Amino acid sequence: MITIAFYFFAVLITLLFLVTVMSKNVLYAMTSLAAGMVLISGLFFILGADFLGAVQLIVYVGAVMALYSFAMMFFDMSKDVKEKNGSAATVFVLGGAIALMLVLVFSAPIIGQGASALYPGAVGATNPQAVGLVLFTKYLVPFEVAAVMLLVAMIAGIVLAGKKMDLSLSTTEEEPADEIQGGEK
Amino acid sequence: MIGLSHYLILSGVLFSVGLVGVLRRKNLLMLFFATEIMLNAVNIAFAAISSHYHDMAGQMFAFFVIAVAASEVAVGLGLLVVLYKKYGTLDLDAYTVMRG
Repeated sequence: MITIAFYFFAVLITLLFLVTVMSKNVLYAMTSLAAGMVLISGLFFILGADFLGAVQLIVYVGAVMALYSFAMMFFDMSKDVKEKNGSAATVFVLGGAIALMLVLVFSAPIIGQGASALYPGAVGATNPQAVGLVLFTKYLVPFEVAAVMLLVAMIAGIVLAGKKMDLSLSTTEEEPADEIQGGEK
Repeated sequence: MIGLSHYLILSGVLFSVGLVGVLRRKNLLMLFFATEIMLNAVNIAFAAISSHYHDMAGQMFAFFVIAVAASEVAVGLGLLVVLYKKYGTLDLDAYTVMRG
């Protein structure tokens, strides 16, 4: 049963992400990316990482994809994306070679020495309980730092997407900015 | 039976897909999508290793990767909006200012 579910999810995720990478239409790319993220949370549920799956659903599908679709209102995405591409075969060979090299580099220490559990999950605890036990004891400082980082990101997002930002950042060409500003009012 | 290697192979395949996207795309929004794919591929590997060794550290790292991805999207989309207001396009070739 798990085997069927894994292959189902794996094939669908790969196909959807290939659509994301290959499609010329931004809306198709974004929709397939969102669907792939939903299916990835299914993989997390298979792996027993229930809380991670829920976080993946809420953060990626809920927040990140909503942010993308809101940002898309700023861009003109009705047209297909025109891209000047070089040789596709070169890109595929380069991508595969770099990925293979990364796998070899990162798997070298695992092959060299046996790995053991650093923070084993609490006995008899469900997955969210075990996550909370480790997150709020061993990883408390990184958790707080991540909170500060999210606050900084929120302020940066507000400041960057603010109305006057284009006026202070762009000194040469004001015409497209003026059109957008006029359209908003 | 599905073992650790299945998940790691899937993660590698998805990472390669994202890498090909990064190398191939010229539109900045599409480049963001490709980086999201790569981050998700790494998250699958983290969760699989965490499940295989019965270790919570992998899931912790996946959480922090998700937090970093969320803030990256917030800041990056703000920058994209500013760039689009300034240049009127998201094509990377339009941003070249050095001639040569």
